[in-house]
Amino acid sequence: MSAEPGLRDRLEGGLRAPICLTWELTYACNLACTHCLSSSGRRDPDELTTKEALALVDELAAMRVFYVNVGGGEPMIRRDFFDVVEHAVESRVGVKFSTNGTRLDAAAARRLAAMDYLDVQVSVDGADAATSDRVRGAGSYAAARRAMDHLAEAGFRGFKVSVVVTRDSVEQLDALEALALSYGAELRLARLRPSGRGVAVWDALRPTAAQNRRLHAWLVERPHVLTGDSFFHLSPLGEPLEGLNLCGAGRVVCLIDPVGDVYACPFVIHDRFRAGNVRPAGFGPVWRESALFSELRAPASPGACASCGSYDACRGGCLAAKFFTGLEASDPDPECVFGHGERKLATTRVELRPTPSIDHSRALAPGAPGRLR
Amino acid sequence: MAPDAFDPARPWRLSPEVSLRDEPFGALAYHHGNRRLVFLKSTGLVALVRRLGEFATAGDALGELVAPGERVRYARALATLAAGELIGVG
Ligand code: SF4
Ligand code: SF4
Repeated sequence: MSAEPGLRDRLEGGLRAPICLTWELTYACNLACTHCLSSSGRRDPDELTTKEALALVDELAAMRVFYVNVGGGEPMIRRDFFDVVEHAVESRVGVKFSTNGTRLDAAAARRLAAMDYLDVQVSVDGADAATSDRVRGAGSYAAARRAMDHLAEAGFRGFKVSVVVTRDSVEQLDALEALALSYGAELRLARLRPSGRGVAVWDALRPTAAQNRRLHAWLVERPHVLTGDSFFHLSPLGEPLEGLNLCGAGRVVCLIDPVGDVYACPFVIHDRFRAGNVRPAGFGPVWRESALFSELRAPASPGACASCGSYDACRGGCLAAKFFTGLEASDPDPECVFGHGERKLATTRVELRPTPSIDHSRALAPGAPGRLR
Repeated sequence: MAPDAFDPARPWRLSPEVSLRDEPFGALAYHHGNRRLVFLKSTGLVALVRRLGEFATAGDALGELVAPGERVRYARALATLAAGELIGVG
């Protein structure tokens, strides 16, 4: 998938339905990864009911949403997980779902292996338990490996091993590729963004500029490694990476959260980027008519990137990364490969960075209401 | 199995595994099996792809539905779709 500039302008103007729709089924999670983009932990009592979830699938099918990225929280914690994904797949809404693997036992693996149009991504954050568990918690790596074993035994071919690239995991790219290969699986890498609990750890965990340069070179040599269009901010380093190379927030991308709130992207769970909720009239009106999405689809000015010869390669980078580091939408990406973002960051104050409007972390007062507003 | 190379003398049709969604620039095509997403960048191409199966050969469809000056370009687009198995011989 790639897009030349003319088409890119059309994509930035918005589509009849998203290409990349993430649907987080629950904020409940049995792990507590330090970089969790949705600050998950406790179930929100206001979660969409099974009936609402199935109705949403029907609407997505009618809108011809080709597939949804199902996540959370840990989606397999929802008791109706299989009902929802099986209904989606039967309605020709493909499912790509992310799991920490803890609930993926042999029986679940067999059930998943029997379904068409379903992709599974099992998350680890390093090629060994020590590295991965530092981010995801003790025992999480072993649990993820057991899930991969179950999938392989069930004959699930081509599942994904999903890794967020950190300062530590970036040193293990070859080992991670070998791990995926040992299962006949594919490696999928994602950028660490300062979203959710990631706000607090981003400065310490993000790859250095030198590591990002090596990562870009590594990816250019391996077009088969999946990136979900995650690293396009690195495209000005040379060859553009596979993908649309633009920020799709509210244009080709969006998020439906567990309570039906619609955000511009899974990495901007914040009031500033909430477009509406699916409960009053469904998802379609929010996608087509929300004021926020109209704003995001208006032609963007290159802002501070105007004088950069590489604007066409990265379009100024990731909105979420800018927002949660206190930069303006028209500023360069905080990890701009020419260091322009870094210089701008130096003029902002860490304590003034926006914090997520919603937090379901379990460390919060137990029994506290689901949402902090 | 490698996809069939595009030969306009054979009958081609949209794969039953493909969903098409009209968009302002043309349409998006998604192959549910191989997960390929393709942009059909003109409404003319969309109409051609939708009606391909009605003709005995792809060449006939091109002759009927596409202006002479455009046929080479559209044939090339069909070849790309064939390579991604979005259209198949059938
Ligand atoms: S200055 Fe802006 S356009 Fe240029 S590389 Fe940096 S982020 Fe991208
Ligand atoms: S805000 Fe960042 S993560 Fe979200 S669509 Fe834009 S580039 Fe991607």
